[in-house]
Amino acid sequence: MKMSYFRLPKLSYRVRLVWRRNFDVFIKTYLVNFIPPLVEPLFYLVGLGFGLGGFVRPQEGLRYIAFIAPALVAVSMMYSSFFECTYASFVRMYYQKTFDAITATPVNLDEVIAGEILWGATKSFINSTIVLLVILIFGLVSSPLFLLIPPLSILIGILFASIAMCFTAITPNIETFNYPSFLYITPMFILSGTFFTITGMPHALQLFAKLFFPLYHAALLSRALALGRIGSHLWFSIGWILFFTPIFFILAINLMKKRLIK
Amino acid sequence: MNSNNVLIKAEKLTKKFGQLVAVDNINFEVMKGKCFGFLGPNGAGKTTTIRMIHCVLPLSSGSLAVADMDVSKQPRAIKAIIGIAPQEDNLDPDFSVLYNLIVYARYFDIPKVEAQTRAKQLLQFIQLEEKSNVLIDELSSGMKRRVVLARALINEPQILILDEPTTGLDPQARHLIWDKVRSLRKQGVTIILTTHYMEEAAQLCDRTLIMDNGKIIEQGKPEALVKKHVGEEVLEVAYDEEIIGYLKKGFPDAKLEIVNDRVQVFSNQPRGIFTGLLEKFRYKGAILRDANLEDVFLKLTGRRLRE
Repeated sequence: MKMSYFRLPKLSYRVRLVWRRNFDVFIKTYLVNFIPPLVEPLFYLVGLGFGLGGFVRPQEGLRYIAFIAPALVAVSMMYSSFFECTYASFVRMYYQKTFDAITATPVNLDEVIAGEILWGATKSFINSTIVLLVILIFGLVSSPLFLLIPPLSILIGILFASIAMCFTAITPNIETFNYPSFLYITPMFILSGTFFTITGMPHALQLFAKLFFPLYHAALLSRALALGRIGSHLWFSIGWILFFTPIFFILAINLMKKRLIK
Repeated sequence: MNSNNVLIKAEKLTKKFGQLVAVDNINFEVMKGKCFGFLGPNGAGKTTTIRMIHCVLPLSSGSLAVADMDVSKQPRAIKAIIGIAPQEDNLDPDFSVLYNLIVYARYFDIPKVEAQTRAKQLLQFIQLEEKSNVLIDELSSGMKRRVVLARALINEPQILILDEPTTGLDPQARHLIWDKVRSLRKQGVTIILTTHYMEEAAQLCDRTLIMDNGKIIEQGKPEALVKKHVGEEVLEVAYDEEIIGYLKKGFPDAKLEIVNDRVQVFSNQPRGIFTGLLEKFRYKGAILRDANLEDVFLKLTGRRLRE
């Protein structure tokens, strides 16, 4: 029976139709959608970078603001895709019954969930690209490799959206999302080498971050690409992401089927 | 009977949710171009059966074929020829009325131009053209039901499923839906309807099936069911010990059903009893009325409240 959590989904081009529905809603309200991802990183850059940065010694040989800037891009990948596929997907599934409406057509549930995850990844792409432009304007990008960050944001987006969708599949109600948000996302936000290098943390905590915090890998890769600091230490992060993304993607679809198809 | 006219065929169809048997080993056939009504109290298994027909609930056992396709093998092809108006409105609140239809058309691979044309025609059909650019939340519940009906028709379905289409609607809206259902049936659409309103079933259905506790307890043409189980007419009298005594003694074959302060008398000679009552008691509280499907329903499923 355990294998049923990892059954391969039945997908077709119809995934795009589900994605398109969310895209249409997004476009309808684009002003509301573009402002928060533009404004939020500015606060971090100004408050932490310029403010706190005056007191902090260089991290990994970087000025504090240059250290946190690429991490903020990774953070926006995490937040946008995670929250899209928890709260927003839950509203569509539970309150609006959008999934029921769509599965009454030739589109199947696997495609609905995959479409939702790809939409979450698209939010990651849109939001993180806006943040990337902001740090570019601030002169905090120093390598042309930064062009690889937008494609990376899609992969990272699929990963976080899939993890989010697993929570959505098992959450009894919308309030329960407080648990993954405060007990998983918030510590990950702080402890993933985002605002300070993790080498200062106890070894056990460092190991925990490397094994269980996707943001650690996302921030590491984002920084490496923005600043052109390429090395063999990146392979573990690339491998981690490539290994876990399909696992969570498939698991999310199977957990959702267990929830919705009785 | 020509088997080519059978559009939906269920054999030993069963659905279990854990210990609960929601649909218990039922057989039925729905003929092409007819309106077929599922009746039954809450929890009888009507919606569960319908959800299996449109391939969103897997069967526990038995078989179910729609247009000669197996629901568990060809769900996409089956869903492509079905339109469903579910019990709970699940219109998309993020879109206008017109855009709801257009987005829905996309799920059926209907090209954009064609979708636009059909959506506009359907809004005309449900008489809501003037609401085309209004958001769903601004509609009354009757209007929402009409939009749900229009959405169910966007793929020009062979089979239209209406799950309690008029629950909670005012009489005007209900009659409008009935008119639309009749005109669709005339166009040759096969209609499956669930309802709690016996009048609705009697008005619309060519054939009805009464379910209770997951089982089919009776099926047939509405008029035939009324004739078989109740007869032509029903006598109703106000509750009175003396009259009940008289009826029991004088007409041992009549079945008395006491409902609050009324007594319904089911008999094969209601008119005779009626005149008898009038003569003997000069009794004016007696009413002789036509028997209806509701009498059949209550007789077969009992008066006990469900849920």
